[in-house]
Formats: sequence, C-alpha cells, structure tokens
Amino acid sequence: MPLIFDPNLIVGLENAEDAGVYKLRKDLAIVLTLDFFTPIVDDPYTFGQVAAANSLSDVYAMGGKPIVAMNIVCFPINKMDISILQDILKGGLDKMREAEVLLVGGHSVEDNELKYGLSVTGTIHPEKVLTNKGARTGDKLILTKPLGTGIINTALKGGLAHEDSVAESIKCMTTLNKKAAELMTEVEVHACTDVTGFGLLGHACEMVEGQDVGMVIYSSAVPILPGTEHLAQMGLIPGGTIRNRDFRIPMIDRATQISDEHLLILFDAQTSGGLLISVPEQDAQSLLERLHQEGVEAAAIVGEVVEQPKGKIVIG
Amino acid sequence: MNTTVDARGFSCPQPVLMTLDEITKVDTGEIVVLVDTDTSKENVSRAATSKGWQVKDVQEEGEGYRITISKD
Repeated sequence: MPLIFDPNLIVGLENAEDAGVYKLRKDLAIVLTLDFFTPIVDDPYTFGQVAAANSLSDVYAMGGKPIVAMNIVCFPINKMDISILQDILKGGLDKMREAEVLLVGGHSVEDNELKYGLSVTGTIHPEKVLTNKGARTGDKLILTKPLGTGIINTALKGGLAHEDSVAESIKCMTTLNKKAAELMTEVEVHACTDVTGFGLLGHACEMVEGQDVGMVIYSSAVPILPGTEHLAQMGLIPGGTIRNRDFRIPMIDRATQISDEHLLILFDAQTSGGLLISVPEQDAQSLLERLHQEGVEAAAIVGEVVEQPKGKIVIG
Repeated sequence: MNTTVDARGFSCPQPVLMTLDEITKVDTGEIVVLVDTDTSKENVSRAATSKGWQVKDVQEEGEGYRITISKD
C-alpha cells in the first residue's frame, strides 16, 4: 500500500505506532486511534471498562490528552440479551468519565461474536509527541503496570485462575494510563509505548529495532501479577504469547539465563497493559517516586538503554 | 495400557484442561495426547511436566503432533 506524504503528518502508518498524529497548526496536533476486541472477562461491565481503558491508552502512550471518543460495537442481538450490551457500554462510559473524555457517538453492527472498543481522538503539542523510537543510551526504562494478564485470562477461561490473581489482573486492566501519562509529560521523556499484544519484550524490540541503541531488561525487577508464574508452569500460555517469543527470540540475548516460563511472562500478550517509558537516568528515580505517590503502585525501573548490542535486548 | 486424549480442533486452554483431567483420572501409566497447534504442543508438555509426568515422545502426525507422556 503506497504511503501518502503530507508535511503535517507527524506519525503515520510506517512505524507501527500506537496512534496517528496530525498537525493542525504550529502548537496543536490531533492524536487518533481505534481499538476493539472480543471479551476477555465474563462480566460485561468489567469488559466495557477494560476495552475503554485499553483504547484510551494509545493516546496516553503518545503523551497526548484524549478529548472525545466513539463506541464501536459488534453485537449478536438475536442470541444475547440487550442488557449485556447496556452493561458493557456503561463500563466504557464510566472509564471515559474518569478520563474526562466525552462520548460523542458510535456505530454498532450485528455480528455473531461480541466485540467492543473505542475510536479516540486526543490533542498534543506537535513538538511533544512521544513515539516508541528515540530511546537514548543511559536512559532508564520504567514499566507502570505488572505483567501477566494474558496468562491469567487464559487460566480464567479454563477455570484455573485463583481469585486473587483474577482480581489483581482485572484491577490492572481497568486502570487508566492517565496518571502515568500526565506524570511522564512533566519530565523529559525520550520514548514511550504501551505494553499490549506483543508483550514487554516484543514492545521493547520495537523500540530498538533499526535503532542505534539496545536495551538491558532487569528480569527480576519486572513486576508480575500474583500467581502468573505458577499458571505459566501449568501450560496456560496464550498462543499469542508463544508466537511473540518465536518471532522475536533472534533479537534477545542471554534468554537462557531465565526459565522458559519467566521468558514467556516477559513476552506475555497484555490487554490494557502499562506504559514503557524511556527516561533520562537523572529523572528516573524522581519520576518513579511521583508515580508511586500518585497511586501507580506497581511502577518499577525494569531496564536501561545501552549503546551495545544495537537493536538487541539483553536479559539481565 | 494407554489412553488417548484427542484435543485436535480445540483451542487453548482446552487441550491443557483435557490432559490434566486425564492425568487426574489415570494417576500413573501412559497417555497419548493429539494436538494440532504448536501452542498446544508446548502447553500440554508443560502441563504434564508440572504434574510430575514425563514427556517421552513428540511425533509430528498429520497436521499436528502426537505427544506421549508417562508416569511410573
């Protein structure tokens, strides 16, 4: 597909970014994103919250502020009670209110399989756009949410997840990345992305691919949801997580330093995951403290950006 | 005597659940598990190992795999 050139297009299709960014005037750009998926939890209201938090996250990951959103709904109206849809939409709306985002419309179609999500539009200063590229040698990497939602959701489907794990996982997925994004934009940040389908290591790979830097991930410092390791050992690993590893393993150095299961958790496909922020070392500790003070409790320094090996991730 | 779990056509985590059910039922011996994805091959092997079973053999069969697990 030929890419269209436009001098006002700041972020387009080319780099697998979280959202598109288009400059409207010298001091204002719009951030546009769309995301929707099938239910990952049974409770409709919770699913609505998760889907909305996940969709909004793409704007936060660019350093933007979401302003308005539209619902996208696929619903099997002949098979499912309409109250289920009402609960999903209510969950979504409550998250939009929390994010101070206005719901301005939407579209629904009849479909055999239920799906829900949002198209979100936000604003940002054209010179303050954060992409997944731009990490510099010496930066520290902060991750703002624990990993494991993919594995726990798979276990939940099989009825094998402990209720504590499920509760923590739901709390993680329904939490907006709003606070983390606001605090991040108060300091000089070099790059950011949100950890979703490719897992922590998959998204880290995107940040270094073709770049003049590499990354070291402090594997033992990465926050992980309770029970995840045990569920991974039991073989409750989503196909997407295994595909993430198989696709990116050539870019990972010293992968055999940790157990297969630990590696898979670092590759676990996340729903509504946290932000992965590349911040200069001198600001890392203060940003981390601010995150903790403001309720982003799981935030942790999980790695650093290094000059060598370029384009690779080292497990440390 | 060995039993066979045919988990072909099922998606994750169903093959793991079927294998764990059979492990609970027979306690010891040999079980053959048929799966049709790489994900299931890996997850079923992991599930068996976590329950103290050994993965004796993995053969490609048709479009999938034939996994033999055992416990004395």
